[in-house]
Amino acid sequence: MSSERTWKTIESGPYDYHNALHPVVKKNYGKWKYHELPRPGVLKHIAESGDVLFTVRAGTPRQDSVDLIRRICDIADTYADGYLRFTVRNNVEFMTPDEEKVELLIEALEKIGLPVGGIGPCVSNIAHTQGWLHCDIPATDASGVVKSIMDNLFEEFKNWYLPSKVRISTSCCAINCGGQADIAIVVKHTRPPRINHEVIANICELPKVVARCPVAAIRPTVVNGKPSLLVDNKKCMYCGACFGACPVMEINHPEHSKFGIWVGGKNSNARSKPALGCLVAQNLPNNPPRWPEVNEVVGRILNAYKKEGQPWERLGEWIDRVGWKHFFAATDLVFEKDMIDSYRHARTTFNQSAHVRF
Amino acid sequence: MVQIKKNIGVETKSTSCGGTFLHPTPMLDELEKGPWPSFIVGIKELAERTRKPMLRGVLDQLEYSYQTKTGYWEGGLVTAYGYGSGVISRRSKIADKFPEAHEFHTLRVQPAPGLHYNTTMLRDLCDTWEKHGSGLIALHGQTGDIMLQGIEEAKVQECFDEINQAGWDLGGAGPAMRTSVSCVGPARCEHACYDTLQLHYKVMQHFAGDVHRPQYSYKFKFKFSGCPNDCTNAIFRSDLAVIGMWRDAIAMDTEAMQGWIQKNGVDFLVNTVINRCPTRVISLAEGMMVIDNANCVRCMHCINVITEALSPGRERGLAILLGGKNTLKVGAMGGTMIVPFFKMETDEDIAAFIRLSETMIEWWNDNSFDHERIGETIERVGLKQFLDGVGLDASIDMVSRPRSNPYYKSES
Repeated sequence: MSSERTWKTIESGPYDYHNALHPVVKKNYGKWKYHELPRPGVLKHIAESGDVLFTVRAGTPRQDSVDLIRRICDIADTYADGYLRFTVRNNVEFMTPDEEKVELLIEALEKIGLPVGGIGPCVSNIAHTQGWLHCDIPATDASGVVKSIMDNLFEEFKNWYLPSKVRISTSCCAINCGGQADIAIVVKHTRPPRINHEVIANICELPKVVARCPVAAIRPTVVNGKPSLLVDNKKCMYCGACFGACPVMEINHPEHSKFGIWVGGKNSNARSKPALGCLVAQNLPNNPPRWPEVNEVVGRILNAYKKEGQPWERLGEWIDRVGWKHFFAATDLVFEKDMIDSYRHARTTFNQSAHVRF
Repeated sequence: MVQIKKNIGVETKSTSCGGTFLHPTPMLDELEKGPWPSFIVGIKELAERTRKPMLRGVLDQLEYSYQTKTGYWEGGLVTAYGYGSGVISRRSKIADKFPEAHEFHTLRVQPAPGLHYNTTMLRDLCDTWEKHGSGLIALHGQTGDIMLQGIEEAKVQECFDEINQAGWDLGGAGPAMRTSVSCVGPARCEHACYDTLQLHYKVMQHFAGDVHRPQYSYKFKFKFSGCPNDCTNAIFRSDLAVIGMWRDAIAMDTEAMQGWIQKNGVDFLVNTVINRCPTRVISLAEGMMVIDNANCVRCMHCINVITEALSPGRERGLAILLGGKNTLKVGAMGGTMIVPFFKMETDEDIAAFIRLSETMIEWWNDNSFDHERIGETIERVGLKQFLDGVGLDASIDMVSRPRSNPYYKSES
């Protein structure tokens, strides 16, 4: 194979962006003055030169076919001078200096099934992972969960119904590749790993697996004369860290791998500091193909926030103002014993004061 | 209620009845319903058009995953010549059941900074990918790669050679420098305090070798956000978060400000801007907004609301926050402010930034355990020890407050 190669690899790093920039972008690079949001899904940027650039944003499934991408390119060629870009939340953006093209872009995008929205006080597209379609350690699917949720939140993506932006993420294991978000939907296992003692010593580096455990619950042992590992089930909190290092310590389970929902995560520094999400619902079933139980809880949280949040106030900032007690009442969710932190830094989450709401 | 609609303009062939290329997938078919664009419709259309057995196998296996609530891929080792990362190996654990899906490897490809594309480069990439692989692409993975999903090991090298000739390179995987992400930056944002695209491009070119040949304790990610709005989620998602920063006063166009107040009213100004300022540094003087810039923490809120009259100051650069990561192993951590202001205007500034980054990465690789991110190493070893190790002075900007417990070894 290598002897037939005529091409010598160029370790070029990222693709050179210079030819990927729209001419109006190139001309006004670093010289933008301000922007407006003329309508949902549309941005208007005004440059110091007086040039104007409209952006139309649309949601995508993220798992795209070359057919869909070619259709997106057709639209970019017809209405956006052959340029486009993506956002970190899997939205696609088309830019044009021509205001008349905005309506045409929206029409063309909706015609190929891509909803326009995701800018301003609304739900943006979901940051998500790969799941059963392509990951080697998932307890659930990602794209399917996202599709189910966004079907329900379709109008929330396309319209400005919410106090501020809402970011949602999903993750198929406790590693949480989806990341921090206003609402994060993350798998939580509820049983210890199941070890295949027959093959583990041939497949896994046992000391590395021992070192991987956050609570030192794993130690070496011998089973049927073969080196293996022992999990102290009293210590194990089912995080699955060992499974990532050793595929024969199966943590995923069709029934016992559940969903938890975490709220109030925030990446931006605007107003409040960036924040981690907090657990408000757990033990929701992993129920393909539509995950109705997860959808129901997400809807409840969004409805309460929609009703009570103030302009520009993110979900976590709303909770900071009204208090967690009120959050649980307003969403009809139940605060459970498991929601008290018991890991490192747990005491920083205790209420070490006489401040109480009645 | 839920509306039933296919997500694409062209008619897709029916897949559930006999005589078509695909096998029945009743559970996946449920995901063809509803208004949001359906990845199942997309994959089926692609499979019916290209008749690639690999796609049929993947749909069959995915349907089986939905039925059994279990994943069936296992990782392994597949690489391009000279590289130790960039290809994610996926083999089916149940290839006896679904032989058409026995191999479905992924190429991670580094996109252009800011995720900017022209249609020629994207169409060429699609053509190459359809020729060698499945035609399924994720735009983009959570770290920021273009993910070309579904190729057989025997075709990996020829596919990579072809895309490499077109200007693309593979991304990172394993204990290596990872692909980076930058926000839209000065290309289309007035908030950008440094050139996120240029810095991303130069830094990742510099570290290209460390991307392709894993030699760290664990992964290391840069993310480049042009301002504290942090659109790339750098603080929680990257080991070294580069956040645009300004040092002087917020710039105010007083005429535009007056116009904004007239248009939106004083109530809106008070309730939505002044009352939401985290350090309460905005006041009204004769109907005009006045900012006490010495106590502004550069949160961006007032600038976000009043874009036409307010913008980051003119003395612009970046801040470096170190140690962000997600759950494994000690729990999610945000990056810690290490350098509050770093000038970023010249090539020398870029070189100095790269030198500082290398010093930090070297300290981490010298002091970390296996599979330990730099944030975890700093937490375990100590921020003070890290500063000594990399030769930085302590600054009050690095902490929320001085220590409140007395257990420490005094150096004086």
